[in-house]
Amino acid sequence: MHIPDGYLSPETCVLFGTVMIPIWTAASKAVKKTLSVRQVPFLAIGAAFSFVIMMFNVPIPGGSTGHAVGGVLVAVLLGPWAACIAVTVALVIQALLFGDGGITAIGANCFNMAFVLPFSGYYVYKFISSGSQASSGRRVIAAGAGAYVGICMAALCTGIEFGLQPLLYHRANGQALYSPYGLNVAVPTMVLAHLVVFGWVEVIVTALVVKYLQKQNAVFFEGGRS
Amino acid sequence: MTLTGKLWIGIVALIILSPLGLILPYHFKAGSAWGEWGRDEIHKMTGYLPQGFQSLSERWKAPMPDYAFQGWEGKDLSSMSFAYIISAVAGIAIIAGVTLVIGKVLTKEHA
Repeated sequence: MHIPDGYLSPETCVLFGTVMIPIWTAASKAVKKTLSVRQVPFLAIGAAFSFVIMMFNVPIPGGSTGHAVGGVLVAVLLGPWAACIAVTVALVIQALLFGDGGITAIGANCFNMAFVLPFSGYYVYKFISSGSQASSGRRVIAAGAGAYVGICMAALCTGIEFGLQPLLYHRANGQALYSPYGLNVAVPTMVLAHLVVFGWVEVIVTALVVKYLQKQNAVFFEGGRS
Repeated sequence: MTLTGKLWIGIVALIILSPLGLILPYHFKAGSAWGEWGRDEIHKMTGYLPQGFQSLSERWKAPMPDYAFQGWEGKDLSSMSFAYIISAVAGIAIIAGVTLVIGKVLTKEHA
């Protein structure tokens, strides 16, 4: 889901970079207000977890690969704004140090994986878990459901961004200037792969960690406070 | 042990296991992630190299491209697994450090 350099037009990159600035600003403000000093080490662990879980490329035999993001997990534990910051740090380092995801596409990749993913996942989690005890099984299911929706929504956004490119940017002879596959290919491919395979990786990882933290009586479930 | 200590042990376990993310796709003959093809792959798939793509792609020379060392393309799987683990350690050290600093700065007034 890491869009590399060259797949999005410069205009698209500027657009998403611009969209992300107020989101990052709001994230800083929200985290400033809600995150406690005690939670800071968990934020760092969350960012580290997101980074390392993305290294676990899961193969579709003979096909492509994909991976979990871990962003919904961080959102469930520390809130979606904190997750936005944690995943952003992971994505920026991935692009700069490892060339995973483009430098020019950082805005778009952060929009998909550090904004759409944690927020959509978080609200699904909130909706399903509302009124439940912090230790309840419903929390685990809610986190899993949020993880599934979050990563599939992010895949949908990525598919749309890819798919719009040949429509908007092509040469007179029809050759694409950037990403070559249109919406009819990019959206179903991205979404299906995540609905069928990679989404479940995100579900399992998220649910397992939430279950483990419940057993540890972790008291920092963000949802437990409100 | 504190919870953070336990979770860091979990992260270390994931670092050690991370080469699975390299070995499994290799074993099951899976290609690149969709939409993350290199120049050669895109040319093979579409029959041409999109003009804008050509000028923008692969411009940034990452210090550890694809979680390996520069010039290690085509090395054997065990070398690549070693590089993968080093990449995980380096990435996590930097990411945890940066996030700690951001977290500390943002929560400064709470202390």
